[in-house]
Amino acid sequence: MALDLDNVTSVLPSSQEIKLASRSLGGGLRQTDLSVPMVHCGACIQSIETAIGKLDHVDAARVNLSTKRVSIRWRGEEVPPFVATLGRLGYQAHLFDPEVEEKDKTLSELIRAVAVAGFAAGNIMLLSVSVWSGAEGATRDLFHWVSALIAIPALAFAGGIYFRSAWNALRHGRMNMDVPIAVGVSLAYAMSLYETINHGDHAYFDASVSLLFFLLIGRTLDHVMRERARTAVNGLSRLAARGAMMLRGDGACDYLPVGEIEPGMHMLIAAGERIPVDGTIIHGTSDLDCSLVSGESTPKNVAPGEAVQAGVLNLTGPLTIEATAAAKDSFLAEMVRLMEAAEGGRARYRRIADRVSALYAPVVHLTALVTFIGWILASGDWHRAITIAIAVLIITCPCALGLAVPIVQVVAARRLFENGVMVKDGSAMERLATIDTAVFDKTGTLTLGQPRLVNASSINPTMLAMAAEMAAHSRHPFSKAIAGFAGYAGQPILDAVSEHPGFGIEATAEGDTWRLGRRGWAGWKARTGGEGKFGGVGGTVLSKNGTIVATFAFEDALRADARTAIAQLRDAKVRVEMLSGDTAIACGKVAATLDVDRFVPCLLPSGKVEEIEALARAGHKVLMVGDGLNDTPALGAAHVSFAPATAADIGRNAADFVFLRESLSAVPLALDVSRQAGRLIRQNIAIAVVYNTIAVPIAILGHVTPLIAAIAMSASSLLVIGNALRLQGSMPSVPARPVPGDRRSAGIKKLAHTS
Amino acid sequence: MTTLVYLIPVALFLGALGLFGFLWALRSGQYEDLDGAAERILIDRDDGAQNVPRSK
Repeated sequence: MALDLDNVTSVLPSSQEIKLASRSLGGGLRQTDLSVPMVHCGACIQSIETAIGKLDHVDAARVNLSTKRVSIRWRGEEVPPFVATLGRLGYQAHLFDPEVEEKDKTLSELIRAVAVAGFAAGNIMLLSVSVWSGAEGATRDLFHWVSALIAIPALAFAGGIYFRSAWNALRHGRMNMDVPIAVGVSLAYAMSLYETINHGDHAYFDASVSLLFFLLIGRTLDHVMRERARTAVNGLSRLAARGAMMLRGDGACDYLPVGEIEPGMHMLIAAGERIPVDGTIIHGTSDLDCSLVSGESTPKNVAPGEAVQAGVLNLTGPLTIEATAAAKDSFLAEMVRLMEAAEGGRARYRRIADRVSALYAPVVHLTALVTFIGWILASGDWHRAITIAIAVLIITCPCALGLAVPIVQVVAARRLFENGVMVKDGSAMERLATIDTAVFDKTGTLTLGQPRLVNASSINPTMLAMAAEMAAHSRHPFSKAIAGFAGYAGQPILDAVSEHPGFGIEATAEGDTWRLGRRGWAGWKARTGGEGKFGGVGGTVLSKNGTIVATFAFEDALRADARTAIAQLRDAKVRVEMLSGDTAIACGKVAATLDVDRFVPCLLPSGKVEEIEALARAGHKVLMVGDGLNDTPALGAAHVSFAPATAADIGRNAADFVFLRESLSAVPLALDVSRQAGRLIRQNIAIAVVYNTIAVPIAILGHVTPLIAAIAMSASSLLVIGNALRLQGSMPSVPARPVPGDRRSAGIKKLAHTS
Repeated sequence: MTTLVYLIPVALFLGALGLFGFLWALRSGQYEDLDGAAERILIDRDDGAQNVPRSK
């Protein structure tokens, strides 16, 4: 079964919302980008482009199959009905946050740099091979000069990335892997130029440029992987409201973006919409789904006068709400502030590569200096001493070391991607490998935040079918759970169905009045009116003419494989805890079923942060897995964090990992992959160190020629890459269930097939 | 030696041609939708060469 997004009912974007999100291209032309996760083949492209292209005012539509998006150019004031058109074709579309342009620029700069470096490395290598094969005199000088000329643009353009990064690190008093690279490459070039001018025989143009080429490939792959994960996460449907329909004093309606809503304004919230800012209900009754906000799994019944928080989902009836806070002061903004304040473990974490280079660079540079002094004392020949010292720098230039970490992380991220887990960056995997405690949120994370009917077998099938028929008319989570049992054909045909927000559904069939809903309302003839006992066992009943004929009991359904996933985590020597905003009874039940080590119920968002900070102070490295708005500060406070695709938008953005499938086994899988990757990284660094212990003495003794340098450096790089690729084959394939179809898009497709 | 005088420029020119070809393709957005490009070849356009925009 695919991931169920029913509990976070995504609302189709309204035309005002689309207009708000569109970009103006000038001349009345506007462009709208929609995420359409279900696009997967050539036929999809054609049907979408043809159907949308035919609409009035649409200039053109183009589908991007790689990012699963469609961009539409249109003109005029009215938004053409493309979301509805896509819906008719069977594709669900939603708006997403516009891209940050910066990131794309980095990618194209990297690819251009790889192209230039590749061109230069290839040509210089050809010329170098002729020199190594015995070109002499004027020919060799000519080849050296040509190489020097080709190397200049490559160093300036491709090397610029490293020079800038190295300079940045040094200026802030830090050390990174780019410092020894920048020093080595530029000194190698300077010395080779000097040699060329003086008709010397050894020039290292090939070494410096091919070094840049190799390293750029690693860096680009790393960037592409992260970009892909980011695009997939960004394409998920947005849960926060973008704006709301405002009711003006004169009765007219206006659609305002969230940022412009001020306290005192009245807004209309239709059933199925999320509430954009904190407010008080002034009109209407409804049920609210607070699972994303507070972690409570049972929908809350509301009436006029009650306060509501930003981010809750209005389920059954339309509401008029008076805003009590602007967006920047509402619950959501408060969560963001808490998260920023909590940002701790992550900012302090230093990446393995940086820690290694902080040791490596001084050692290498000192060795070169000592070599230089040694040769001056031994031979008194300045030129020879400088040449050998620079040869030491070139041979120790961390080619293998620069690839050791990113290549492993690219392979690991790819493995996770294939299993529906998106990794934001490499440091997240390094941090995940070190955790010893995993903290889970309950509602929406360990459970689906979505009730399941537990006593279906004890209900009369005819009554169950009747209830299912009625329930299909409502979007209340309890109704959805009951509606799943439709299909028995013995029930009478319904005539009029009406939903009473906050109470239930009423229908008439063959002269009888049927009600499905709260006990006190549906069973008005029954003496046992348990008013207020909403939710829990016995709260929801089906009645015929006021007499209760069936009682429904619900339970929050556990996420698939939650038990196995927690057992696997415990096998991996990770302590499992649960922090929840829900009641102690609900938590206790889940904790007992799942065998969780410890749980804390009834926590406020700040309480979760305090729990995590207490664990961190006790020396634990904490993994936080959570989905709600109330978990977001905790996600920020933890050493590393995980969120399901159904999480609130800011939670998804704050988390290091986002898993797109329903199964919770993504967590132990990612832990396993990260730990294996950590082992391979250490092996790769060891390989690089062994290479250096062999190559450095040769260089110090002055036996290094450009040919030896080229062979040694390529060999060590290939060794490191080969070792990283072992990660691809060494692991058992997909743990839970095989994924059909295209591996890369399977996760997103699955996600899409559901809602 | 004399052959090198023109062979080297010719080799470099051809290499540079390839490089600029790649950079041009990159700039014109041909690498933005690799999966889509593979599928689009199967689509028949009945309205001839339609001017379709590429997202920037």
